[in-house]
Amino acid sequence: MALDAGLVGRSYPPSAVYEVGREKIAEFAAALADPDPVYRDAAAARAAGHPDVIAPPTFAIVLSLGAGNVVVDDPDVGIDYSRVVHGEQRFTHHRPIRAGDRLVATATIDAVKTVAGNDMLTTRVDLVTEDGEPVCTTRSMLVARGAA
Amino acid sequence: MSGRPADVQVGTELPEQTSRVTRADLVRYAGASGDLNVIHWNERVAREVGLPGVIAHGMLTAGLAARAVTSWAGDPGAVVDFHVRFSRPVVVPDDDAGAELTVRGRVAALLDDGRVRVDLTVTSGGEKVLSLARAVVALS
Repeated sequence: MALDAGLVGRSYPPSAVYEVGREKIAEFAAALADPDPVYRDAAAARAAGHPDVIAPPTFAIVLSLGAGNVVVDDPDVGIDYSRVVHGEQRFTHHRPIRAGDRLVATATIDAVKTVAGNDMLTTRVDLVTEDGEPVCTTRSMLVARGAA
Repeated sequence: MSGRPADVQVGTELPEQTSRVTRADLVRYAGASGDLNVIHWNERVAREVGLPGVIAHGMLTAGLAARAVTSWAGDPGAVVDFHVRFSRPVVVPDDDAGAELTVRGRVAALLDDGRVRVDLTVTSGGEKVLSLARAVVALS
């Protein structure tokens, strides 16, 4: 089933505020087996010029996964999640995500296309502080494999 | 800032990074990321949907690739853009050795404002698992 090109540009309501916690950042860094002290030690982070511990460059996936679900769950999108694979992912950091950030995620459909029966859906998620400071933009491309 | 590479030119290579990913690592990443997709921990379901077995989260592979860049750059906050395209699943066997993941990288372009583009080659078992893996790093 081809995705409707008219979906491009559709935006969804902003998420609830997500407060970035030091322990969550440390847990994420541990899952990447990354010993860098700037993910755990506020003094080390400050010595590197950051106000608090910062998050690894791919940490924003934690927020964009949740925000992206509103798109996948949109009945107008009608994507079969059991056939979905992650095709592509991009993070553009306006500044590093750091502990204490209170972030709001807004999802927008950036692109849809159908190639050889596979639907490709690109969702952009803008992460901004609750005061409106842009922090990170993520773009996720999901591929729904066509029924064999 | 300390630890950042000096004399970076086009062709400068990053230190090669090799990681092992086991089923336990997948469970840890599932919890940390919130990606609880069953294909990353349940062999039966993975096979039912046509996969050769349990596969690693694409974002775990991407995160390990990014780690090669941040450890080279010195400051993870220097990575201003990171972009990956997934081309092949990393199958993680149910044993203690897991899957091996190798990340190689080189500076592909010098951009303005002291930024450089790093292109990565990420392989498992000799096969490329990312068809694109690229970071923009602000070195100054």
